[in-house]
This record gives sequence, C-alpha cells and structure tokens, in this order.
Amino acid sequence: MAERRIRVLVGKPGLDGHDRGAKIIARAFRDAGFEVIYTGLHQTPEQIVSAAIQEDVDLVALSILSGAHNTLLPAVREIMTEKGAADIMLMAGGVIPEDDIPGLKAAGIAEVFTPGTSTETIVGWVRDNITPHA
Amino acid sequence: MTLAERVLDGDIRAAARLMRDIDDRFKSAIEELKTLYPHTGNAYIIGITGPPGAGKSTLVDQIVSAYRKKDLLVGVVAIDPTSPFSGGAILGDRIRMNRHADDAGVFIRSLATRGALGGLSRSTTDVVNVMDAMGMDVIVIETVGVGQDEVDIVSTAHTTVVVMVPGLGDDIQAIKAGILEIGDVFVVNKADRDGAERTARELTTMLEMKHPDADGWAPRVLQTEGVRGVGIEELVQEFDAHHIYLKESGALQRLTEERNAKLFADTLREELFETVFGTIKGNGKYDQIVAGMRDKSIDPYSAVQEVMAGRAFS
Repeated sequence: MAERRIRVLVGKPGLDGHDRGAKIIARAFRDAGFEVIYTGLHQTPEQIVSAAIQEDVDLVALSILSGAHNTLLPAVREIMTEKGAADIMLMAGGVIPEDDIPGLKAAGIAEVFTPGTSTETIVGWVRDNITPHA
Repeated sequence: MTLAERVLDGDIRAAARLMRDIDDRFKSAIEELKTLYPHTGNAYIIGITGPPGAGKSTLVDQIVSAYRKKDLLVGVVAIDPTSPFSGGAILGDRIRMNRHADDAGVFIRSLATRGALGGLSRSTTDVVNVMDAMGMDVIVIETVGVGQDEVDIVSTAHTTVVVMVPGLGDDIQAIKAGILEIGDVFVVNKADRDGAERTARELTTMLEMKHPDADGWAPRVLQTEGVRGVGIEELVQEFDAHHIYLKESGALQRLTEERNAKLFADTLREELFETVFGTIKGNGKYDQIVAGMRDKSIDPYSAVQEVMAGRAFS
C-alpha cells in the first residue's frame, strides 16, 4: 500500500503583513518532507478553512503577529467544525502571550508556539502529533 | 456511500480525499475512478504553461474570475515542484488565487510533481477526471514553471496556453524545439513592460513561419497584464474560439481519444511494472538477478528477457 504524505496548510489570517515566520516554517516543513500549501497573506478564516478542505490537509498551521489571535484562531476552529472538518488539526505560532495560550487550547487549537522556538521543535511536534488521514 | 458516489453527490471533502488517494497511489482510488469514468468528458480543459515567474498563477486567477462571471463552475489544478532532496514541496500557486477559495463554484487543488519530469504530476489526469465528474464546466491546469521540454500538458488539455514575458531571450530561443511548438494560444504577460511589443512581434513572426495546420488553427499572440486584469476578456474569447474550432473540426474528439489512450498506456505501464516487480521480489528471482549481475553470470538485459519469458505478469 502506498504511503500518505503529510500535507499542511501554512497561512496568515487577518491583516498583519509579517510573513517571515510563515515562510521559515513552510520551508522547514518542506525540508521535513511535507507538502506545504502556502496561501499567503491577509486570509479570512473562511478562505483558510475552504482551502484546507479542498487541499485535504492534515494540519493547518497559522502564523499570527497582529494580536488578533484570540478572535481569529477560534474563528477558524469554529468554521472547521461547521464545515465538518473538525478532524483537521489546527496549530498556531507567533507573538502570543503565555496567558492567552490556555484559552486558545481550550478553543481547540492543538498547540501554540511562541518566538524563539526552533523549527526542529515544531517539525518534531508535527511528526509526533499528526497522523495523516487514513 | 463510496467516495465516488459522494463526489457525484457534490461532497467537496470526498472529492478532496479521493484526489489525495489518487496522489498517494492508493489502490482503492482505482475502484472510485472506475465509477467516475462514465461521468467524465464534459469539461473544457485549459492548460497554462510557461517559465517560472511569467505570471501563470495570476493569469489563472483572472481566468477563473472571467468564467465565474459567466456563471460557469471552475476547477483549478496547480502544480509546483517537489524537492528532489527531501520529497517535500511548497505549493504556492494558491497565493495568487485564494480569493476564490470560499466561492462554492470554484475548486482549487495544488499538486506536487513528486518526481515527474514533464511539467505535470502523474496524478493530473485522474484529478482532472474527478473535477470533471464533479461537474466543473472549465478546468484550468497550471503546470510547474517550465523550461523548454516539459510538454506533457499538450496531451492533457484541450487548449494549451504558453505564457511568455518580455526579455527572456532572442528569437532563436523561440525557434528551438519545445514549448513554442505546443501553444494553441500565446500570451505575452506583463505587457506594460519594455519590450512587450517586440516579444509579441517576434513570436508572431515565428508562428507565421510555421506551415499552417492542415485543419487550420492559427495560434495568435495576445498581450495581457495579469495583475490589472488587462487583456483577460480577449484571452477568454480566444479560448472560446479555440473550443469551437476543436468541436467543429473534430479535433476535440481526437484529443479526447488520445488522452484516454495515454491514460490507458500509463496505467498499464505502471500496473505491469508493479505486478512483475512485486512477483520477482516476492519469489526470490530479483535477489538471484542482483547476485547474478554481481558475479557477471547474467547481464541486466538477459535478466529482463528471462523475466518476461517467464510471464511473471500472467
């Protein structure tokens, strides 16, 4: 039987234009052998979820540095659930205060990475936690 | 319900999953494709090819908008290269077209080449067939950024569009073999740049030197500015004209038959190899051959003839 390749959507929700982090993550994922769908800047939660469904990804990884994480990340999660795609995992990275992380996790964001995290750590987390759809 | 039944029922997730099964070479996908095959053959398929950075994705984005204005359903298959080192890929064509993501009349799928060399991915035809069965009226395939010899798109699309930009080289580049022989429509994109007129004129001259087709389609050179949407209306009119020409001249039927024949041959090639290779690996013959080549008691050519004579495939 052929093997599944991990597919990840890397996206930037909302209005912040800082995509250095997203590009570094996309590249680290590529080097780890994943297929990365990069959707670019200024995406609405609806666009992100529709793209994730059409691309049949295992994981959505969002980079957010605008401070709007408490609004945008749970919104993405809710739309996933609405559209019957709650099985797609959601992960985030960016300038996110420690105090906000428990709330985000409670809202269904599987993991949150903050500045200074190595790409090895993030790739390792994906390998340990993402099982491609059967 | 099977995935194929769900696809025919309009289930987007099922379609996306089936495309993944196809791409990951799951055996189960073959069964689903069997069910879908009778529902294919209705979509008009456009292939967009050209060098990296020519603006293919941006043009695709504009073409999608133009067809959506006509209320047609549009599928997009966008192909980007797989890293030969890690096997991973960054599929970035969506960046230019993701504004269509939450339009229910558009389905965009990114594919990685996964080692295929012709500018497409092995799964392209099957993924196009899924979109066709989903009821897409128009399917746009964007190849990887190609150089001179990646011409698989011709046998996959009805209309092949070659996108060029000003300043890529002199007119000798244009008379070498390769992608300039395959276009039904030529586009000089980024036409606001210096040299666009000249590039268009040189291309036109090259095309006029070609012996006219027996059945008479003369490719034209159009100019566009993808980012601002300039020239897109004319481009889509040219697609319509080519589509009508294909239907009226009988070329559409011929293309469809060639595409089916190629799909059959590709599938056969793959199945035969898997069956024969799997058999000889399983029964120890493969190890014998490798050992034989090591001590020179057999050469690879005789070994293949021996395997074929043994009919490991029947």
